[in-house]
Parts: sequence; C-alpha cells; structure tokens
Amino acid sequence: MGVERTPKDYFLKFLKHLSLIITSFACLLPLVSCVFAAFKTKEEFGLTSKVAPPESWLHLDNFINFWNDSGIGQGFITSIGVMLVTILISVMLGSMLAYVLDRFTFRGNALIRHAFTLASLIPGLAMQVTIYKMMSNLNLVDSLVGYVIMMAGTDVISIYILLQYFENLPTALDESAIIEGCTYYGVFFRILMPLLRPAMVTCMILKGVGIYNEYYNANLYLQNKQKYKTVSTALYTYLGPTKSQYEIICAGVLICTLPILIIFILFQKQIYNGMTNGAVKG
Amino acid sequence: MSTVNPAMPQPRGRKTFREWFAVPKNQQRVVIFTFAVVPVFLLIMFTYYPFMRMIEWSFYNMSYTKNRGFVGLKNYLDVFTRDELFATFRVSLYYMAGAVVQIALALYFATILSFKTKFTAFYKGAMFFPFLINGIAIGFIFKFFYTRGHVLDTTLGFFGIPLESLPYWLRDTSVNNWSLVATSVWKYMGQNMVLFSGAIMSVDTTLYEAAAIDGANKWHQFRYVILPSISTVLTLNVILSITGSLSAFEPPYVIAAMGSNGTATYFIQMHQTAHVQHKVGLACAMAVVLVLIICICTLIQKLIFKYAFRNAGTDTKPAKKGVL
Repeated sequence: MGVERTPKDYFLKFLKHLSLIITSFACLLPLVSCVFAAFKTKEEFGLTSKVAPPESWLHLDNFINFWNDSGIGQGFITSIGVMLVTILISVMLGSMLAYVLDRFTFRGNALIRHAFTLASLIPGLAMQVTIYKMMSNLNLVDSLVGYVIMMAGTDVISIYILLQYFENLPTALDESAIIEGCTYYGVFFRILMPLLRPAMVTCMILKGVGIYNEYYNANLYLQNKQKYKTVSTALYTYLGPTKSQYEIICAGVLICTLPILIIFILFQKQIYNGMTNGAVKG
Repeated sequence: MSTVNPAMPQPRGRKTFREWFAVPKNQQRVVIFTFAVVPVFLLIMFTYYPFMRMIEWSFYNMSYTKNRGFVGLKNYLDVFTRDELFATFRVSLYYMAGAVVQIALALYFATILSFKTKFTAFYKGAMFFPFLINGIAIGFIFKFFYTRGHVLDTTLGFFGIPLESLPYWLRDTSVNNWSLVATSVWKYMGQNMVLFSGAIMSVDTTLYEAAAIDGANKWHQFRYVILPSISTVLTLNVILSITGSLSAFEPPYVIAAMGSNGTATYFIQMHQTAHVQHKVGLACAMAVVLVLIICICTLIQKLIFKYAFRNAGTDTKPAKKGVL
C-alpha cells in the first residue's frame, strides 16, 4: 500500500532536489572554474569567460611552470616526510594511551581523560605566543624535529576515536592472552594492535590531511623557507601583486589538491566515519 | 584479571626484576607508566605549560627578548580600549552570523540526505570535499573567484545582473567581510553536515516508524526524534564555530592580504601583535581573553541547550561513553 502523494508532496520534493543541486553547484563552482583556468594559455585566459572550459585539455604549460618556479617538489618531499613521521608517532602514542585508559583502572585515569577533554576546548592557536618562545628557547625553531614534535603533540580527536574502538574490543581477548602467559605489552602489540588497524587508519588519514594542509606552524616554525619548504608555504609564495597570473596559480592549486582528492576518493568511508566518531562521543 | 594468584609463591627479600615484573599488578604499573608518560608529557608541554605562562605573561610588558616589568591589568585594559583590537570583535560577529547559516544548512542537508535520495554520495562528497582542501589553496581559489569580472561576476551575469551594479567583493568594506565569511561557510558546511548525518544515522530507525504511526510529519520527526538525538553534536559544533569565528585565520590572511580593509579577525590581530609588533604581553592578554570568551560561550551554550532539550526523551540520546 503506497502512501498517497499530493501535489504539495511533489512540490516539496522538487524544492529538496533544487536545494541539493544549487548547493552542490555552489560548492563545486570555485573548484571547477579553477580547473578551467589551469588549462588555459595566458591569452586565452585573458580573453575568454572565466567559467568557460579551456580550448584544449592538453595545455600543461601552467603546471610545468608552477612546478619549476615554486619548488613545490621540495615542498612535497618535506610535507610528506613530516606527515609520515608525525602520523606514525601520534597514532602510536594515541593508541598506547587509549589502551591504558580503557583497560586499566588506576589513580589518575579520570584526571588524564579530563585533562585531554579540557585541552580540546582551549584553541591551540591561542597559546602560540608562549609556545613559540618555549620552542625558541629549546632551539627547536627552524628545525624539522621541532616541527614534528609539535605536530605530533596532543591529538585529542585520535584519542577519542581510539578509545571508542577499544571499548568495542572484548576484554576477554586480553584475559585469555594473559592466562597463556603473555605480558601486557604482548597483549597490546600482538593481540590488540592488529585488531585496531581500521581505527588507526582513520586517525592517520585525518591527521595526515591536517598536516599536509598545515600552514600556520609551518610558516612560523620553519622560517628558513629555502631550506624547509612545505606544500603550503611553497604555494603561499605566489601571494602578492608581482605574481597574479591566475592560470599558473590555479595550476598550482590543482597540483596541491590532487593528492587530497585521490585520498578522499579512496578513503571516503573512513574519513566520514572518523569525523563522526571523533565528535559524537566527544 | 589483575589479582595476584594466591597459589603463586611470594618470593621473600630481594627480588630480581624478572620476578617483580611477573607479578601482574607490578607489570600493569610499568605498562601504565611507559604508555602514558609521553602523551601526558606532550599534553603538558604543548597545552598546560604554555597556558600557565600565557596567564603569567599577560601581566607583563614584554617582548620575546626583553621584559619591561609587571604592569598589572594594563594589557587587559588595552584589549578592550585599543580601537584596532576592539574592532576585531565586530569582525567576529560576521563569522558568527556565518556560522549560524552554516549550521542551519548543515542540519538541513544532513536531514534530507539521511532519508532516501538519489545521488546521496555525490551531493555529500561535493559538499564535504572543500573541508579537505589546503587553506592557502582555498585562499587562492577565492581570490580568483572574487576578482572583478572573474568567476562570481560572470556567473551572476548569466542571471542578468550587470557588472556595474556589483561591488568589488574584496575591496568594498560594506561587503568584504561577508565575502570572506562565505568562504568559511563553503569550507566547513559539509564537514558539519557529515558530523550531523553521522549522529542522525545512529538514531534507532524504529523511532521514525513509531513517530509515523503516531501521525508525525517530517517536521515533527525532525523536531522530536532527530534534533534531540543529535543535541550533543550540535552543542559541540556551536561551540567550535564560536571558537572558529574568533580564530578565523586563513580567509583574511590569504584572500584579503593579512586582514587589510577592516577584515582582520581577533586572531590575526593577536598574531600581528605578537610576531610583528613584538608586544608579547599584550598578545598573551588577548589570548587569555579569547579563552575566557570561549569558556563563557561554552557555558551559555550548555545552559541554552539544556533548556531547549529539557523535554526530550532521554532514551533517544546516545549513551555517553568515554571522555566527557
């Protein structure tokens, strides 16, 4: 028995689809126009409408120019290197902490949980002034080690995601392993860590994207821009009146965005789940 | 699982480490310590220690290299009396207004996409993807987008709006903040939507059926089933958007050339105070004020939402586990 549809229902349905189409269009328009611009020659860009597709999709000069002038290649190496080291450290630390917080009752357990929750309310950017001073006292400004330590720092979202995942792993696993003569280290590294993989992948993707896109700290803490160029700081050099060739800038924007697009398409589900798990129970 | 087996012989006197470690209780202590020490150390080093120093420094007139002595509350007075600092609160209001629109849109799309709709994955992806793009890249995308006669003006031209009647989106001080706020809505709306739809999906589907039997229409379903069950996420997002509206950084910094033409947000001004003017004490006072504002907003939020959802059935709320 189907539900009767009145004209009003059809009208509401129409409005729903219209709103979805308009909004998706608005979300994609800035990106798509950027893609169009990136494939245009200088003259073509000047003469044609900014929302018209390029004459030829094989005009790659803008990409080549950007790649050669910006030093983005070095930026990729630094950013990806920093990203890999940082996500490994931070996910390891996060899952170790989540393990002890979830599996053991000890004095200080609640205190640590609250300390992390409270920390998530204080915006990290607010403390930049004092952190900068501390880092420069420790000689960690203009050093990749310093930047990595800072980015690995405290990642409350990962800890939430991992804690939640631990709650769903039965403790019977730990207990039987202990009876078999396993140490608690063994339980964590040999039994639980392999099971934790999906949650770890989610954390790594979220954290990885964050680090790849990071600009503020990279700019502040890696001041020798020749030596330590990240993707963001390399792109940033195109700001300013001297370089306002949008067709080249757009090519640069695409080069920087492409890896993220690939990651997004491959790991869509993990990204959505990660976002939700990190926030719902927080 | 942690009790010592009473049958196990308790060694007397000096124990080797191996024997000591074989006692589960001791082993647990070691594991707890070794696994927690580094994360907790990093938390203290990058959050609590700088936080304390920030409060301390806010009472001093100092730069990164020199300390010119204790000045009491003078820095705090400056935050509220210096025009260029106070003006940034007004800019933040634009971002807060944007956040309201953003959350409303996100809630709307999360709701309609949670019912069966064609191309859900495409719409969701199109709205969410901007969140993953590099902030500097977004800056350039919108610089291009808003430039006179470029993408936005051309698109509006298709709808018959002549170029002459359009303002300079980034230069005209009557619209430039709205232009920047729009980029922030563009970036974060999809992310909020994904958070909300995750929460909506965790709603027990039998509740919808029960509501439908009781004669509830879509609006009732939204008001009495969906809204109460996502109140936690909603509260969290409102708080985050207030934080975000004060600490918005990339849009004014990249698109509007470091907050020129009256687009500087509170955070941009704080950054300039510390790293350009080297007034570290004043910047710290600004940071303390920022944290206080966030705390106050959080409290008000909690109270309002407690009031708004006081009648909501508690059984529809997801069980609170873990942190908080």
